[in-house]
Amino acid sequence: MELLLDSLFNGVAIGSVLLVAALGLAIVFGLMGVINLAHGELMMLGAYTTYVTQLIFKLPIFKPFYNSYIIVSIFLAFIVSGVVGILLEKTIIRKLYGSPLETLLATWGVSLILQQFVRSVPLAYGTGLVISLLIGLFLPTTFPSKIKESINFKYFKFSSWIFAALTGVLTGSVISSSVSKLSRASARNVDVTAPSWMRGQVEIIGTAFPKTRLMIIVITLISVIAITLFLNQSAWGMRIRAVTQNRQMSDCLGISTEKVDIITFGIGSGLAGVAGVAVSLLGSVGPNVGGNYIVGCFMVVVLGGVGNLLGTVLASFGIGIMTDLIGAGRLLSIWPDMPLPLSNTINFFATTSMARVMIFALIVIFLQFKPTGLFPQKGRMVEN
Amino acid sequence: MRISRRILAGLATASLAVTATSCGGGGTSGSFDDTVTVGILHSLSGTMAISESTLVDTEKMAIEEINAAGGVTVGGKSYKIEYIVEDGASDWPTFAEKSKKLIDQDGVPVVFGGWTSASRKAMLPVYESKDAFLYYPIQYEAQECSNNIFYTGATPNQQSEPATDFMYKRSPAAGGDFFLVGSDYVFPRTSNTITKAQVQQLGGKVVGEDYLPLGNTEVAPIISKIKKALPEGGIIINTLNGDQNVAFFKQIQDAGITPSSGYYVMNYSIAEEEISTIGPEFLEGHYGAWNYMMSIDTPASKKFAASFKKRWGADRVVADPQESAYNMVYLWKQAVEDAGTFDDNAVREALVGQKFDAPQGPVEVMPNHHLSQTVRIGEINAEGGFTILEETGVVLPQAWNQKHPSSKGFACDWTDPSKGEKYKL
Repeated sequence: MELLLDSLFNGVAIGSVLLVAALGLAIVFGLMGVINLAHGELMMLGAYTTYVTQLIFKLPIFKPFYNSYIIVSIFLAFIVSGVVGILLEKTIIRKLYGSPLETLLATWGVSLILQQFVRSVPLAYGTGLVISLLIGLFLPTTFPSKIKESINFKYFKFSSWIFAALTGVLTGSVISSSVSKLSRASARNVDVTAPSWMRGQVEIIGTAFPKTRLMIIVITLISVIAITLFLNQSAWGMRIRAVTQNRQMSDCLGISTEKVDIITFGIGSGLAGVAGVAVSLLGSVGPNVGGNYIVGCFMVVVLGGVGNLLGTVLASFGIGIMTDLIGAGRLLSIWPDMPLPLSNTINFFATTSMARVMIFALIVIFLQFKPTGLFPQKGRMVEN
Repeated sequence: MRISRRILAGLATASLAVTATSCGGGGTSGSFDDTVTVGILHSLSGTMAISESTLVDTEKMAIEEINAAGGVTVGGKSYKIEYIVEDGASDWPTFAEKSKKLIDQDGVPVVFGGWTSASRKAMLPVYESKDAFLYYPIQYEAQECSNNIFYTGATPNQQSEPATDFMYKRSPAAGGDFFLVGSDYVFPRTSNTITKAQVQQLGGKVVGEDYLPLGNTEVAPIISKIKKALPEGGIIINTLNGDQNVAFFKQIQDAGITPSSGYYVMNYSIAEEEISTIGPEFLEGHYGAWNYMMSIDTPASKKFAASFKKRWGADRVVADPQESAYNMVYLWKQAVEDAGTFDDNAVREALVGQKFDAPQGPVEVMPNHHLSQTVRIGEINAEGGFTILEETGVVLPQAWNQKHPSSKGFACDWTDPSKGEKYKL
């Protein structure tokens, strides 16, 4: 019983890291069909946001709230990655809808630029830049409609960008003067330390579970539930589903597909940021952190069936449980006196790297029989 | 997906060609008769850049020190050392390509370079075919002895063997079982083969081993294996690389695998530089084994650390790989002066037997092109340094490990033409 519980927990823990990382991609790649190779770097931005938030919460003004910084950083990471994602959509991806190869190359280029950006720009000014982007993109939308419709709106827009730039520079210099660690650019990996209430273990039914893992599972659950509710219950969610199923028809029926694209991509990117918070709790934060997850993310989405959130969920937990079963040699502990050749084979695959080989092989075999994944999207698509 | 993968591979190759850059050394000064240009070849971009750039800094500092003290004197003429720094870009074929460039185009008499074993293996054929000379400064798995490479890092018998011995006999977990964890490449696998043979000789037991693919940070299956194999605590030998250590130590601490519950980790790839990245709060109470540790309390060691901080910033640290890099520049200088020429073959002969008062203590070049060194075992402390617990005398290097089944009974001697790379003892 304890063994089963332990194994199940491990599988769910590994799976939830995969899931939270792949969730954003399931929307961007799954629903919109955009092959976004910069997804990993959007995660990286989320991870760096956690790091910056952590340092800012160490300042005397925020010190009393230090323990809650991780919660705050989840929201901030969503916003930061979301804003960068929206900018990416507005400037690059919008022009490339329907041409997957070009999108792939362009987003790969973006991922290299983002990696180099965090290496060579001090994080304080990076924060400033994100803040000015945020203001520049959203301030004009808050103006009363009278101004928006006036012929001089472009001047208002322009001046709000100037205001945004000034605010960005100001916050950048304030942060860089108050947190010395953020004032210099560094290619060095940095470290996020979980607040004390999240370290150590908690005991449930006689078995000890690491708290950070539980936290990641909670973050994943909340993200999945929130995104499912959003897609299925809200008006915008309905529009997103409509556009992904039949773009032209939705356009004819008066849905602003442009807006839908921005929102969908923004949410997908924001979820990548949330994933960044989760992975920063497990390892170090560096320019390459996203690259470690991107292949796994695509694998999960493809295995789950493109365009299906339930498939993504099941695929990531499936891979997680398989990883644990094979990688930790669980079958041996369940059935200790199995015949020698069998136990030797299991032992051979019972290392992390061999388990990975085994799982990839299984996925490839599975996709031979079901090329569209676990839950292929049913119904007529415009593209087909 | 098939097309995209192919494009990715093509792009990866193209980007490497673009990122390779180079830059020149300092200008000539009037007080020298001539100049000599040496090559420095480390990764300045890509994943290894963080580690390897510290070696470039150290080598530059050593060259500057030598120049300030009058340069290299050969045949009564004083030469100022200049350097060409090339970027290996964390890509092994690039290391080979840049080596060719340094040897053929720039005509350098010596190249100081490399970090990973993969980069060394890629460069080796270049140096052997051109009969040029590479100085390699990293502690490594040995099982190699080239006439064209000079190795100033530790061999396993100068690091892992004394460390295993310490863990089994004198650590708080003495007599306990061993679990081996490493990244999945040549150094951890070779090192662990040696450790397994040694543990068996000592009468101990290795109850498990696991390798994490490079780049993977999912440690959960390893943790459950450790807990299953060592329920009451024990000895963990860690040869993980770089960032994977961060994931490993964060996650094992959360899972309750800590010194206070009886688990002691001995690390072969964690030096002062890495401790500050991972965070001492995760490492306190675990162990490390090196030839040089910043906390060595001798004037030579303190001078080395102080001049590095003075040259590159007060927050910088020095660690074992940097000390090896520092030593090799000085040993080359001494050998050139003894040989009276920059010619490779003469320098190679003069190199064997060179002694140098290194920051770690006296070192000497052995006939197998490795260094005799002192081994130290340290406990990681809360300040991010090592508290030195043990210090061996001078340990001679074994290019062919005497515990590894494939090389037992073999040795290497380049001073005797009848022996050479691998001869039976």
